[in-house]
Amino acid sequence: MHIYVTDHNGKEHELEALEGWRVMEVIRDWGLPIKAECGGACACATCHVFVDPEWQSKLHPATDEEEDMLDTVPDVEDNSRLSCQILMSEELDGLKVSLAPSAKPDAEVA
Amino acid sequence: MSEQEIVTDVVIVGAGPVGLFAVFELGLLDIKCHLIDILDKPGGQCAELYPEKPIYDIPAFPEISGQELTDNLLKQAEPFGPTYHYNRMVNEIERQDNGDFLVKTDAGETFRCKVVVIAAGGGSFQPKRPPVPNIEEYENQSVFYAVRKMDDFRDHDIVIVGGGDSALDWTLNLAPLAKSLTLVHRRDSFRAHTDSVNKMRALVDEGKINFELGQIASLEGENGQISAVNIKNADGEKSLPATRLMPFFGLTMKLGPVANWGLNLHENLINVDTEKFATSEEGIFAIGDINYYPGKLKLILSGFHEAALMAQAAKKIISPDEKVVFQYTTSSTKLQKKLGVK
Repeated sequence: MHIYVTDHNGKEHELEALEGWRVMEVIRDWGLPIKAECGGACACATCHVFVDPEWQSKLHPATDEEEDMLDTVPDVEDNSRLSCQILMSEELDGLKVSLAPSAKPDAEVA
Repeated sequence: MSEQEIVTDVVIVGAGPVGLFAVFELGLLDIKCHLIDILDKPGGQCAELYPEKPIYDIPAFPEISGQELTDNLLKQAEPFGPTYHYNRMVNEIERQDNGDFLVKTDAGETFRCKVVVIAAGGGSFQPKRPPVPNIEEYENQSVFYAVRKMDDFRDHDIVIVGGGDSALDWTLNLAPLAKSLTLVHRRDSFRAHTDSVNKMRALVDEGKINFELGQIASLEGENGQISAVNIKNADGEKSLPATRLMPFFGLTMKLGPVANWGLNLHENLINVDTEKFATSEEGIFAIGDINYYPGKLKLILSGFHEAALMAQAAKKIISPDEKVVFQYTTSSTKLQKKLGVK
């Protein structure tokens, strides 16, 4: 199965994904720039992605814990999700997401 | 600010789990440490990102929270009397002609030491900056990420953005002295103490502060002084008159000044050998998540191992003429005495 990830320059990458992997792990494993500083613990919000509107309804809704962490995303939108909280399965074959600016490895700090 | 140098054997940059365990390993070898951390507390990521989350891969702890791990490491380090310096960042490391290092912080202190241990994890935690055009131009003049002096906010039109404890705490603290105060959050739900949320809602009901759903879209102002914060939400855009803005989106890590210390780096990590965990500069070691070597795994347990080997190498620099006998804490009465075992 595959996912389609649009990077910060607008380029789309087709990435092979494995069942049960977190989308964040797929993105990181293929070497695309994603900060993901807590390593998938839903504790930092630096694996933030925008989900293609066509795919939004196919994902399980965000848990309260994920919503809480999305509060710390300064560029949050309606289709914001944490990619460490999306687990790959057959139903998500073809999922399209874009990397958010706040998930860049050198994301803006004050 | 005192110009006096603080003299010690080792300065450890970072008081996360690996920095704390380094105090123990160095302490067994009679080496004294000062630790410097940008956070206001020890524990690094364990304390800042996941104090309540269980960790399952610490040897002999089937399950332990980030905070418990930190507390245990502090207790383990305690017999060696380390000195902790929080809320400051190491800016510079300068080598002196006699081989000593001068370590300088952004709080104005200078430490003189024989060995520097960088245990800085993912770098220094700093506030997340909202992606609002030109926000940098207003920072530290009318846009603040922390309150240093409450008086800087007196009689101002204040906008606070965020839904966590920092946002709520400062909403409650600044409300009495503000000319007006508006809390802006993306949803009507908060990840803060219930008590703070209730107090905030009461102030809103009494008409003392305002609450708006939304997020920052843009700023208006000139010469570093904002005059309005424009927010957007489902109903469109809205302009809030404001002379002070405080965004609270939590902290994220940035490598920071480490990049300027003249060390060989590998993609923002410090290259070390796997015998001593020494960097390209003699006397400067790097342990934990911040180092790189072939096969490196960013695990707390790897950092513990690295701390033990680093300590042996640091000892040879600090006491070159002393013959060190390797000892076990189970059997060595000398070590047990250092640990305060009765």
